[in-house]
Amino acid sequence: MPNTITALTMPKFGLAMTEGKLASWTAKVGQSVQQGDELADIETTKITSSYESPAAGVLRKQVAQAGETLPVGALIGVLADADTPDVDIEAFIKNFHADTPADATATPEANSGEPKLVTVGEHTLNVRDVGTQAGTPLVLVHGFGGDISNWLLTQDALAADRRVIAFDLPGHGASSKNVGTGTLTFLAGVVSDLLQTLKIEKAHIVGHSLGGGIALTLLRDHPDQVASLNLLAPAGLGKDVNADFISAFVESESSRDMKAVLQMLVYNKALVGRRMVDAVLRARRLDGARDALRVIAKACFPNGHQVDDLRPVLAGGAAPTQIFWGKEDEILSVSNASGLPQMIPVKVFEETGHLPQLERATDVNTAIATFVKDPEAALSMARMDATA
Amino acid sequence: MSVQISREALLRAYRSMRTIRVFEERLHVEFATGEIPGFVHLYCGEEASAVGVCANLTDNDTIASTHRGHGHCIAKGVEVGGMMAEIYGRHTGVCRGKGGSMHIADLSKGMLGANGIVGGGPPLICGAALSHKTLKDNGVAVAFFGDGASNEGTTLESMNLASVWHLPAVFVLEDNGYGEATGAAYACAGTQKDRAAGFGLPYFACAGDDFFEVYETARNAIDHARSGKGPVMLHVQLSRWYGHFEGDAMTYRKAGEVAAQKKDHDCLKKFRARAVAENLLPEGDMDEIDAAVADEVESAVVTAKQAPWPQDKDLMADVYARY
Amino acid sequence: MAKKSFRQAINEALRQEMRRDPRVILMGEDIAGGRGGSAGITDAWGGVLGVTKGLWEEFGDDRVLDTPISEASYIGAAAGAAATGLRPVAELMFVDFVGCCLDQIMNQAAKFRYMFGGKATTPLVIRAMYGGGFSAAAQHSQALYPLFTHIPGLKVVIPSSPYEAKGLLIEAIRDNDPVIFLENKVMYDDEEDVPDEAYAIPFGEANVTREGDDVTIVAIGRMVNMANAAADELEKQGIGCTVIDPRTTSPLDEETILESVSETGRLVVVDEASPRCNMACDISALVAEKAFFSLKAPIRRVVPPHTPVPFSTPLEKLYMPDATKIAAAVRSITSSQKQKVA
Repeated sequence: MPNTITALTMPKFGLAMTEGKLASWTAKVGQSVQQGDELADIETTKITSSYESPAAGVLRKQVAQAGETLPVGALIGVLADADTPDVDIEAFIKNFHADTPADATATPEANSGEPKLVTVGEHTLNVRDVGTQAGTPLVLVHGFGGDISNWLLTQDALAADRRVIAFDLPGHGASSKNVGTGTLTFLAGVVSDLLQTLKIEKAHIVGHSLGGGIALTLLRDHPDQVASLNLLAPAGLGKDVNADFISAFVESESSRDMKAVLQMLVYNKALVGRRMVDAVLRARRLDGARDALRVIAKACFPNGHQVDDLRPVLAGGAAPTQIFWGKEDEILSVSNASGLPQMIPVKVFEETGHLPQLERATDVNTAIATFVKDPEAALSMARMDATA
Repeated sequence: MSVQISREALLRAYRSMRTIRVFEERLHVEFATGEIPGFVHLYCGEEASAVGVCANLTDNDTIASTHRGHGHCIAKGVEVGGMMAEIYGRHTGVCRGKGGSMHIADLSKGMLGANGIVGGGPPLICGAALSHKTLKDNGVAVAFFGDGASNEGTTLESMNLASVWHLPAVFVLEDNGYGEATGAAYACAGTQKDRAAGFGLPYFACAGDDFFEVYETARNAIDHARSGKGPVMLHVQLSRWYGHFEGDAMTYRKAGEVAAQKKDHDCLKKFRARAVAENLLPEGDMDEIDAAVADEVESAVVTAKQAPWPQDKDLMADVYARY
Repeated sequence: MAKKSFRQAINEALRQEMRRDPRVILMGEDIAGGRGGSAGITDAWGGVLGVTKGLWEEFGDDRVLDTPISEASYIGAAAGAAATGLRPVAELMFVDFVGCCLDQIMNQAAKFRYMFGGKATTPLVIRAMYGGGFSAAAQHSQALYPLFTHIPGLKVVIPSSPYEAKGLLIEAIRDNDPVIFLENKVMYDDEEDVPDEAYAIPFGEANVTREGDDVTIVAIGRMVNMANAAADELEKQGIGCTVIDPRTTSPLDEETILESVSETGRLVVVDEASPRCNMACDISALVAEKAFFSLKAPIRRVVPPHTPVPFSTPLEKLYMPDATKIAAAVRSITSSQKQKVA
């Protein structure tokens, strides 16, 4: 019966993706899978990510072979019940018409999802602004040496019911390279100015690593602008940071060296592909990029020591907050998450490194979406979970 | 001709010429002992040319030299001890023993190098002149080249380019009558004056055995270039007292030619005679210089012979600024 | 970030470096073009293929210098200017013309630093077009990078795409040694995303453009595109190729090549330079000497025959390495093993 046949198509990770390469199949033909099980690894220009099964069933056919690059929406395999006849599978493949990528991901928003340069005081910031629904907007603040591509699996997933803004911090990505004093206070000031420029009164802030420290500083210095905090392995909660990583992440010039550095960021080292390495190197090579990072590193974590202690910001309960951490984080140890006020839920992921938003995208996205929909309810739910 | 040069400058010029003479004659002797590697080309007899031209230059001006370059180096102020050590291939040499006689250079003195390639200097000097013009530092660039190099395409192309670009360049043709073993009478067609005219270069000429004449003529030529009027040619008639290189028996020159030149065209003798006759310098001062120069060259040789050789690690050093 | 052609990428690199550093000057034949012509126009051409178009307009006579057709004088002048305070970028038009000015490159610029005991700095870039596939015949088609790679004191850069061209040219201009920068004339209209900002790609760091387990393909300049095409095709057939673009033949990133061969055990080198003493020979020797015991199969060189570059289209096609020839070379050293597996 046709309704038991599910098309497996080239997924779209982020709006910029138009095609992907099937790096390898992780499920064999004939294998039974549950919804959410990993079927294949897909390599994009940004990252290698796993393709999860959209339904339960048996992988009946691998239409695309490992190494093939296909447009988004193209048929890569077929999932069906074990008893669906082969002829039906063949007929399904023959009659399959790929949705055009535009149709496949059409959203009602007018926004194209292309990043734009926005002038904020003396800075030019690269801003990607998606989603136009009502509700408090959400702003994503990436970490040291990162850029908006760190939110590849986050931004669009959260954009279903609100405006979600990702941007490159000063000195990062395609933003201008002046980072002032490079302190958390300075960078939080830029975020505050960006919010004003975008005419956003109050926002949910999601901050990763250094971006987490910036989010905490924003809450400290500009509490009125912060609706809630979602912090992923944030800076500011402990004494130390991996100094070898910081210096190699800034200074590495060869693909070989940079690949080794990027692998420190993740638990699953296979996630770091050639193209991801290349993208980071391209960002580093821009005039002023390394200097900017050196200034920030010196201001925020000289010799592996974190200058700012932001635990007091959380003590007051000024804004609803939840925290995510990878248990195998090699940059900021998961031990940083201990001893926080009890009202703050801390989700620690097994087999996860410093980038939970990429390694545990679905879990992180779901938790953030639930949290920002009604932070107080989410917090009381979390408290109930904790007591249970 | 009246002399427009300070007493100090005259003393410096005399000292330079004497240093070149003693330096080269000592090399003639030392080379024969087999202690000096490679080969050397001596400048004896031509001292007034290098010194007469360079007396009009400062460290800010640039010169390019030839494989017969010791004289130009000394005239431009390169240190004699460092030169001697270089010729002996020692680590203390001005090029750390990596260049030798044909490649002595000192950019801090505006000396862009002796050159092992005939006609190698003129294109470089177009570039140096372009630097002076672009950086607006009032400098001029001077290419010394021989009658042999006057037939190189590079020299002719450079005169054209310097003229087209209106560069502060001076082409000093040191015409000693021989390109290696071949006479200029055979190898140079037409006249050098016509060649200069062919590229629109003002042509200055002088005898090379008279410092005063070279100095005055060079001053006019260099002033022309320095004042932004474009490149010029200065043609200096000279005689070469030794072979093309040391060990050249000069069988291509008739008996007595060199002896006659030494007798009648010795620029040092002429300088002293005029200095004394016109009361420009006391003989005693010049005698003192002679003694000091003898000591200086003696000391340079002794020091060079005792100086350390380059080490193994120097082999790989300085191929690139960064690699 | 916008799509830019190879030509635009080079033009932008020159413009940005000239804005950054007033010592950077350009010289070459018709790099503006038109001076002395009856029309009274300057910047009529902007280079014989329009690469330097518009630079004279911005920087003027003092910084964009048209030369007579007189390679020895102006290449030598560029060397002399580099040694005395400027940072010239001289355009030699076609690299084949190096026959007229090799002394100035080989005996002068390349040797200054060593001969002068480390006391000279020669920040000189010589840009020139290279390569066949343009029906430009024997005197306008050669790939002479092996000639320059042979000479100590020179750095040799062969960009394989617009992004690479901009970053490598900026690095070349900022570098303090003489750099030969070779542009494949067939690639000027190739386009890809190139950042608007200035960026520099370091020399001696190879770029890995494809990753695969079975064969290492090292390719130079435009041949990188051919190798990528071959690798994509072969991957569909189950043969994984790592493609390495050395970017610079001097310095050469030996480590990346050796590391890859130690993983794949097979090497194909693609070089459009004449086959004797070219980069394919050099890289083959490197691997034979330092990774011999990793090799599972003979090294293959995909190179043209030992002839001048022919004019006539079918002959030139026969002469040039291409994706088909590369794929055939790869199959010749993988097929038996692969069949056994199948």
